[in-house]
Amino acid sequence: MLEIGQIIAVIKEKLPAAVVEEVLDGVDPFVVVKAEQWGETARLCRDDSRLGFDLLSCISGVDYPEREEGPEIEVVYHLDSTVNHHGLTIKVKLPRSDPRVASVEEIWRTADWHERETYDLVGVVFEGHHNLVRILCAEDWVGHPLRKDYEPPDSFHGIKNVIY
Amino acid sequence: MSEIENRNPDPLTKNVVFMSVIDDVINATRANSVWPLTFGLACCAIEMMATGAAKYDLDRFGSGPFRGTPRQSDLMIVAGTVTHKMAPRVKRLYDQMPEPKYVIAMGGCVIRGGPYVKHGYHVVKGVDLLIPVDVYIPGCPPRPEALLEGIFKVQKLMKREKNTRSDQANDQAGSLPARLTRSDLKKWLCSKLGKS
Repeated sequence: MLEIGQIIAVIKEKLPAAVVEEVLDGVDPFVVVKAEQWGETARLCRDDSRLGFDLLSCISGVDYPEREEGPEIEVVYHLDSTVNHHGLTIKVKLPRSDPRVASVEEIWRTADWHERETYDLVGVVFEGHHNLVRILCAEDWVGHPLRKDYEPPDSFHGIKNVIY
Repeated sequence: MSEIENRNPDPLTKNVVFMSVIDDVINATRANSVWPLTFGLACCAIEMMATGAAKYDLDRFGSGPFRGTPRQSDLMIVAGTVTHKMAPRVKRLYDQMPEPKYVIAMGGCVIRGGPYVKHGYHVVKGVDLLIPVDVYIPGCPPRPEALLEGIFKVQKLMKREKNTRSDQANDQAGSLPARLTRSDLKKWLCSKLGKS
């Protein structure tokens, strides 16, 4: 089992440029990984025996339309190791206008449906995903409902959607 | 008749002829053998299952064999949130049920969208926007007793059904002649299809 600082040190040792930000205080310490290097970082996290993150617990998409740095979408990955009994939270920040990030579906099979859900509700495009289609909303739904500026349709296939 | 007399030793029913209106007989049999469609969409379905199970025992009231196909069902209990993605499927199942068919809207979501009425972009705001509903059961979810009461209401509706009476024929008098011969039917069909 490694402490959060040691985990970050292992990542930095292999990929020195990947970690761009560390927030180690708070309930859930996290690191921010550069979007371009997320694919490599993910593979390292799973394959390095000191890290051994064999379980991807969760993928979340968060919409921040009013950030100082410009509108952003964050994708949050919660990793866990069933071997080493430690965890890591990784965030990837993407521009809100064109959020694209590498798919980790081939690294953790769990990511398949999680990425489809994040695509469906927040609109993040996971490059390299074999079947990036909506998973919860209807196939021909328009828009991504969990974006902050989302306006629900007045009707869908002729069924009224507004009562009041 | 003499054979029946001989075989029936019960003095109470001996030689008794029972007369009734055929509609009442049909409706009584129908109302006491309500076959609901096995069809649950969300948490209300759990209450529906509880209604069918031992404690509330829906079978006591002449209902309960939940059918696995709409073609054998005469009651659709819409139990649970109907989403826009599910809506075409609900409509299709309803269309596949044979007439006469009845619909129970069970729970707040099915009646008017329930907690999703304002911000639930994905929820149909009442299943009656899709299919006609006979009985509404409020609750979130309704207790099994409420569902039983709803099924009693459906049974009452079933007992009002008109199957054979002449007033039903009068309703359709404009479309079909009262006494049909083969040539009448052919003529009527041709006129409907616009052929000679």
